[in-house]
Amino acid sequence: MTIKITIADYGVGNLLNVVRAFQHCGADVHVTENPTEIAGAERLVVPGVGAFEDSIGELTKRGFADEIKRYAESGRPLFGICVGMQMLFDVSEEFGEHKGLGILPGRVKAVPNTTTSGQMQRVPHIGWGHLVSPENSRSWQGTFLQSFENVRPAVYFVHSYAAYPERGSDRLADCLYGGHRICAAVQRDNILATQFHPERSGEIGLTMVRGFLAL
Amino acid sequence: MGNVRLIPRLDIKGPNLIKGIRLEGLRVMGDPQEFALRYYEAGADELIYMDIVASLYGRNNLSDIIRRAADQVYIPITVGGGIRSVDDARHILRSGADKVAINTAAVADPGLITKVSRRFGSQAMVLSIEAKLTAPGKWEAYTDNGRERTSLDVVEWARKGVELGAGEILLTSVDREGTRKGFEVDLIRQISQAVPVPVIASGGMGTVEHLIDAAKSGGADAVAMADVLHYKRLVLPDIRAAALNAGLNVRDVHA
Repeated sequence: MTIKITIADYGVGNLLNVVRAFQHCGADVHVTENPTEIAGAERLVVPGVGAFEDSIGELTKRGFADEIKRYAESGRPLFGICVGMQMLFDVSEEFGEHKGLGILPGRVKAVPNTTTSGQMQRVPHIGWGHLVSPENSRSWQGTFLQSFENVRPAVYFVHSYAAYPERGSDRLADCLYGGHRICAAVQRDNILATQFHPERSGEIGLTMVRGFLAL
Repeated sequence: MGNVRLIPRLDIKGPNLIKGIRLEGLRVMGDPQEFALRYYEAGADELIYMDIVASLYGRNNLSDIIRRAADQVYIPITVGGGIRSVDDARHILRSGADKVAINTAAVADPGLITKVSRRFGSQAMVLSIEAKLTAPGKWEAYTDNGRERTSLDVVEWARKGVELGAGEILLTSVDREGTRKGFEVDLIRQISQAVPVPVIASGGMGTVEHLIDAAKSGGADAVAMADVLHYKRLVLPDIRAAALNAGLNVRDVHA
């Protein structure tokens, strides 16, 4: 059976490669600019690139914010990608303070520009990082990462800010950058999200997309 | 440090993948799609496409090639050559590119860097710099594939580009390009120390030692390679394994 997904198009960034990755994995993709269609979605994807303020601004202005919050309570799967993950949280510190959707408790803060040993490091963080289990040692069984239990899959990141979830138990995967634990993926019940880009992470990323479709 | 990225660079003329020496003396290699798929399957971290005559004729014909690639290649794609406006950038991003690399048009109008980064995010705005050695330890930025002088000092230009919004620098040594004699490590070091954003070193890769040198001594965050891959002098899995063996952080595709 073909799995239907709805991708929220709120006018920021380029959705093309997200759409193609889901189609490549066999999904029936519906891209919508109409927030009232969110309520009827079977699976919802909220992508995002660029600055937090622009993204949350457009999301709110176009009427998506309330619809996504309501959808999140439906129990149906919601998948945030990159800034789409960051917007799920309470607040971002990118260029001032901006309120997020508040679906998950926590803040979005700058990626550290020094390593844990005090050396300068690049920001934005661009490139491939290996996913590791967070400090809560949570199992990936039954999640979209379940094919990767006991391995450290490498996935593609491009970001200057990252989520710091208030509840350690929401973290699903971390990535080490300059010795710091960066929150790479979260999952709380039906809400899941990645800071990295599964749609740009080669065959490993596509396996994760299929993992989401199989939930 | 993050993982050093290994990036095949595909220089394009018309419908063909081409390869030259010092950006001249071009030889047709074949269909870029075949090479792109081969590199994707071999574990490339990203791909760079450059339309090397586009700025000469004021056009960019890469969108069809990119559209075909993006159907099968699920890693980041950077596209450069002939991008002169926000509209050109949008067109190429809508074809499936993740980032645009701009040189000639950014030199002519540095404000374009800001416009593109504001519209699509700085992660999508790669400043492409073609550097020629002019005096010991001094490099000048060139445009139009190393044909035209700009009188810009590369270090100052890189700094200014980042201030204006560039999220990454693609640094090509015109002197080393296609020579397989190794990267211009001093140049890479100067730029990577001058800017906080990632630097992609391009031009001169002949051996794995060259890659290690560019990353360890030069501080390159990524390395572009063309000749060694196109002519199958080296293959990506071997390059990756040798780099890991030498203690260089690269993505471990088998982890």
